[in-house]
Amino acid sequence: MSFVNVIVQGVLLGGLYALFAAGLSLIFGVMRLVNIAHGDLIVVAAYFAYFTMQALGVGPFTSLIAVVPAIAVIGYILQRSLLNFALGEDLPPLLVTFGLSIIIQNVLLILFTHDNRKLYAGPIEMASWKFTPDLAVGVLPVIQFVVAVLIIGGLQLLFYRTTLGRAFRATSDDPAIAQLMGIENRHIFALAMALSLAVVAVAGVFIAVRTTFNPFYGPQLLIFGFEAVIMGGLGSLWGTLAGGILLGLAQALGGQINVGLPFTAGHVVFLLVLFVRPQGLFPKVSM
Amino acid sequence: MSADSNTALRSVQVVHASLASRIGLAFWTLLVAVLIALPYWGDRQMMRLSTEIYSFVALASLWNLLAGYAGLVSVGQQTFVGLGGYTLYLCALWAGLNPMLGLPLAGLLGCLISIPIVLLLLKLRGAYFTIGSWVVAEVFLQIFQLVPAVGGGSGISLPATVVLSIAKSRSAREALIYWVFLALAVAVIGVIVILLRTRYGLALQAIRDNETAAKSNGIDVVRARTVVFVVAAAASSMVGSMIFLQKLSITPFSAFSINDWTVNMIFITVIGGIGRVEGPILGTVIYFALREYLADLASIYLIILGMVAIGVMLKAPKGIWGYVADRFGWQLFPLARRLVRDVPPRAAVASGAPG
Repeated sequence: MSFVNVIVQGVLLGGLYALFAAGLSLIFGVMRLVNIAHGDLIVVAAYFAYFTMQALGVGPFTSLIAVVPAIAVIGYILQRSLLNFALGEDLPPLLVTFGLSIIIQNVLLILFTHDNRKLYAGPIEMASWKFTPDLAVGVLPVIQFVVAVLIIGGLQLLFYRTTLGRAFRATSDDPAIAQLMGIENRHIFALAMALSLAVVAVAGVFIAVRTTFNPFYGPQLLIFGFEAVIMGGLGSLWGTLAGGILLGLAQALGGQINVGLPFTAGHVVFLLVLFVRPQGLFPKVSM
Repeated sequence: MSADSNTALRSVQVVHASLASRIGLAFWTLLVAVLIALPYWGDRQMMRLSTEIYSFVALASLWNLLAGYAGLVSVGQQTFVGLGGYTLYLCALWAGLNPMLGLPLAGLLGCLISIPIVLLLLKLRGAYFTIGSWVVAEVFLQIFQLVPAVGGGSGISLPATVVLSIAKSRSAREALIYWVFLALAVAVIGVIVILLRTRYGLALQAIRDNETAAKSNGIDVVRARTVVFVVAAAASSMVGSMIFLQKLSITPFSAFSINDWTVNMIFITVIGGIGRVEGPILGTVIYFALREYLADLASIYLIILGMVAIGVMLKAPKGIWGYVADRFGWQLFPLARRLVRDVPPRAAVASGAPG
């Protein structure tokens, strides 16, 4: 039945959005920073993977071995050299990351032109498991969903079971007291940004295998991640997974109604959730 | 309350103007007079550039009203610019209305549509409001692409007959459009100055400085924000209708372009001075001065603007005008609130003795 097929595709796509959302949610949770350049950094990761693949002759998933640490280092440096100075009030972080987003897009445009690119993963892109004549589930979407669940579970463990996670939560609760207890906030914030971008790099490679990307693809990804965060409820990692799945479902169903409709359907469902339940499905912190 | 304390209350007055603002007012009056006469002394290209500058001053000032005063950092103002443009086109095409009638209708529509939007978006705080405003703009962009009645993805062009209905001769038409643009920019700034001098203005500045403190002093933050958002939406729609009247064609991408109608305005306001009426005006002047030199390199230009804006945000968050105003006490609009003892003449004579 094709309806079931659409549902399955939507859920699997949702895992990817949950990864974008988890990165966004992580840094918001730790330092109350909403990174407008989030989507553009995902695109940077995709370009990084593209050129790593060309230089080393490896596949997109092998390239992650180089891409993830590289993007994490960029995140650490970005936080320590720029974003740490913008924290505090409402306006500066928003406008600084907004400026950063525009800069990244235009630097990418100058370096790599407006051409659409895609990461090719080979035969696995086409592989699928056929359950019934109408229900075929792609191998890649399943891998991507499993990876998303594993990463979100890993982040959950890191937050609640490790020393680093405790430091994250402490700075989130009260940065001044955390500092008095010997935590160096600037370093913790930079580690959070590095971790967020490492997560996002994985998502970036998956999305670039799925669809084409260009220098101006970032804002769309930011919006998807943001919609998943808000729908899932701020501050809850498993909530972002639910939010991501809801968004994926809305887009998949919208695409069934009209090929031009998937993103609009996602936006409309998001606005509806906002209207009836502004705190999201599984809120943890009040907005 | 005793008579004594009553006179004590009455003897204190709030004064908005200062020497600087009087000089400023004289400067603006002279400037506007010279600009009104531009069709008589300037050439066609100059008029064209000026209309663009006026539209930027108006849109940047409105963005500043939202972000700098009401704390609403919107990246979705293109929603209203685009809707204004489409309103004018559809009124002309479907109802055969004169485009100049499309202008107030665009304002009305912008006002009406902004009400449900703001009620929804105000459920989001801070940065989430920002991205929410973006989502709304995306929805409009995608809907206009899908609906064949409004031209779909390829948009609509304005037929020559509609253009001719504004005025017969080309020069008369251009002069009229020029004056409308100038009037819009002056009206936007005028309305903002008047708004800021009312109790709403005081409330907005209180919200800007400290939202919690403003709330605890009994300010209805949601209502103040709603009013500002609706005013900005209506005015942006009117500016948008004129922008697209001049362009002669409209597509969903040009109408709801975040770069053209919001990104530039953010950079202009941040660099000029956010939270000051003078800021966006100064920012627009800087923007166009820089653009004259870097016009061929659109992306390098945006990179430079972005870096300057980040630098300003981190080193001088009040922008260039804010820095100047703090340092020298300048204000080109009568907006400051100073308490002045208004001592009656008789009392002054009586208390004048001890020296």
